[in-house]
Amino acid sequence: MAEIKRYTIGALAANKSGVLSRITGLFTRRGYNIESLTACDTENPEYSRMTIVLKGDEYTLYQMIKQMDKLEDVIKVGCADEFDSVCRELMLAKVSAKPEIRSQLIEICEIYKAKVVDFSRETLILEITGTPSKLNAFVKIIEPYGILEMQRTGVIALARGENTLK
Amino acid sequence: MKLKGADILINCLLEQGVDTIFGYPGGTVLDIYDALYRNGKINHILTAHEQGAAHAADGYARATGKVGVCFATSGPGATNLVTGIATAYMDSIPMVAITGNVGLNMLGRDSFQEIDIAGITIPITKHNFIVKDVKDLAETVRKAFYIASSGRKGPVLIDILKNVQIAECEYEPATPVKYVQSPVSENALYDIAKAINEGKKPVIMAGGGVIAAEASSLLKELAEKINAPITYTLMGKGAIAESDEKCLGMIGMHGTIASARTVLNADTIIALGTRFSDRVALNRDLFAKEKTVIHVDIDNAEIDKNVCTDYHVTADVKETLKTLIPMLESRKNDEWMKAVAEFKELDKHKKTDNQLACTILKTASQIAPKDSPLITDVGQHQMWTAQYFKLEKPRLFCSSGGLGTMGYGMGAAIGAAFGTGKVCVLVTGDGCFNMNLNELSTAVTEGVPLVILLMNNGVLGMVRQWQKIFYGKRFSQTTLKKKTDYVKFAESFGAKGLVIDSEEKVESVLKEAFDYAVNNLAPVLVDCRISCDENVLPMIKPGMTYDTQLEDLEDK
Repeated sequence: MAEIKRYTIGALAANKSGVLSRITGLFTRRGYNIESLTACDTENPEYSRMTIVLKGDEYTLYQMIKQMDKLEDVIKVGCADEFDSVCRELMLAKVSAKPEIRSQLIEICEIYKAKVVDFSRETLILEITGTPSKLNAFVKIIEPYGILEMQRTGVIALARGENTLK
Repeated sequence: MKLKGADILINCLLEQGVDTIFGYPGGTVLDIYDALYRNGKINHILTAHEQGAAHAADGYARATGKVGVCFATSGPGATNLVTGIATAYMDSIPMVAITGNVGLNMLGRDSFQEIDIAGITIPITKHNFIVKDVKDLAETVRKAFYIASSGRKGPVLIDILKNVQIAECEYEPATPVKYVQSPVSENALYDIAKAINEGKKPVIMAGGGVIAAEASSLLKELAEKINAPITYTLMGKGAIAESDEKCLGMIGMHGTIASARTVLNADTIIALGTRFSDRVALNRDLFAKEKTVIHVDIDNAEIDKNVCTDYHVTADVKETLKTLIPMLESRKNDEWMKAVAEFKELDKHKKTDNQLACTILKTASQIAPKDSPLITDVGQHQMWTAQYFKLEKPRLFCSSGGLGTMGYGMGAAIGAAFGTGKVCVLVTGDGCFNMNLNELSTAVTEGVPLVILLMNNGVLGMVRQWQKIFYGKRFSQTTLKKKTDYVKFAESFGAKGLVIDSEEKVESVLKEAFDYAVNNLAPVLVDCRISCDENVLPMIKPGMTYDTQLEDLEDK
């Protein structure tokens, strides 16, 4: 069996309606397993940049890159793991925080460099940025306090140094 | 000059050299049809159903190499194109499908005959467009033709909103941008040339890419230089003349014994413009085990997709061969070619040779006017045609390979006839024919010289053959029990009807059929009454290896 790993794929695509459904449709019909997909405008309004985290083997990775590359609207696509890349993800988590445990949570936030962005009598919303593994560790720590809801943006990645996707 | 969107469309089609369109009018394409009428320079073939129009555009494209064009209205008109577009997509056929849609102010409100055809066709088009602004129309049409006919060819759909057809805009004529294949450098082929030069027992596999690249004569040159036999996939039929001594016939599930033995014994497989589909490779892991695989394909995504290659180049077959052939050493391969010649002997007397369907096809292959386009539907008759009807040139064979679309043939035959102006031969079965027999009326109306060989066995033969082999002869829903009198049917449509019900009648009836089609420029339907127990052989079961090829169904 080929080794199943997580791969990070970066793509530059035309910033047009329908591009996202072309790409996600491709994943569905070819049976690719996507963990996250993040897409947004770039400094150039004609392009949008996406980062996709794929769970699969090397065969799937290369097939996915080649199939994406065939789409008219995809300008460039590549595996971010091939370069030394900076990967970041943002998370918001609403935790139940009765006054007696609030300070414990705030202490945890300090250690993880998380921020409290909303404060109510019974809850806190925490904001944290970092690598997926840092976020996973943070979730584990705050879970016992009771996560009411949470959302992660999915990974975004840029290669270090001179490498760009253009 | 200022023109209405609909007129800009027609002008852009003329720019691209479009001479024939297959289609069906309706509410949201009224303006386009009005512009077509006023312009009067493009021949429009009104089919009985939009599916027929899509298949006709496909047949036109396969037979001519040009981009096929079809029109349909929104809603059901557009959805009726879907099977035809998917058929073209699976076989990489250049096509531009143009649909109308409701106006922008009605869009997204579930208006009458509104459908998101662009959304529906994402997975079955190379690309598609929705034109919402008349300013984008001309550029979109030009781009669509370029995309359809460049690289790995394929269908493109343009959905044009009603308001765009009516709105006026400045139109500036333009000459089409020609897609130029980039040459392949010697550097890119160094390893491939070395592997071919080192191989002792080479075999060439020619796919549809050889025909799409117009590389037949270079293919022949390659085979002559290195003295290698050639086998072709269904899509590659015609890439090499079947009378050529190096031609082994078709490869794959129902390929020849010679092709199977040759591939089994070869040490080097040179695959040109082919994608090792499951009907060819069967077992993708074992197909080329311990052989050197060289793969040339224009689509990078096909490299290592199904069968892992040792050497590959992502390039046009013609450009590759132009550079590659001078890099190769001339070879004799006497011993290998002797072995191959012995394998070829094994095909001389096959179990199926005397089946009535096969006799009809062998005879038709001799009687049909030289270089008649040959169109098939899908199933047993399709495989028999691939095996027994010999072709000497590319672009004569139109058959749905990848999608396996039953009902493809009637529309495609009409398209091929309009593309070439020649007498066409359609081989179909009673199952397939019943799916789109409405198009016989189109063929009659338009005076299409067409000989339809209807292999009438009263069953869905290929499915039945699988039920025989894999499902304990439980013939679930494959017996058609139709009471149709096909001669009367043909006559009622205004075509001629003939019957072959015995071997003695084969030659005389076929001669009569071809004479009639040629002299009257009209379709003839030949009801070929064959037994429901005729089989397609040889056969390699799905997922099995080439050494398990069955020459008879009993000897499993």
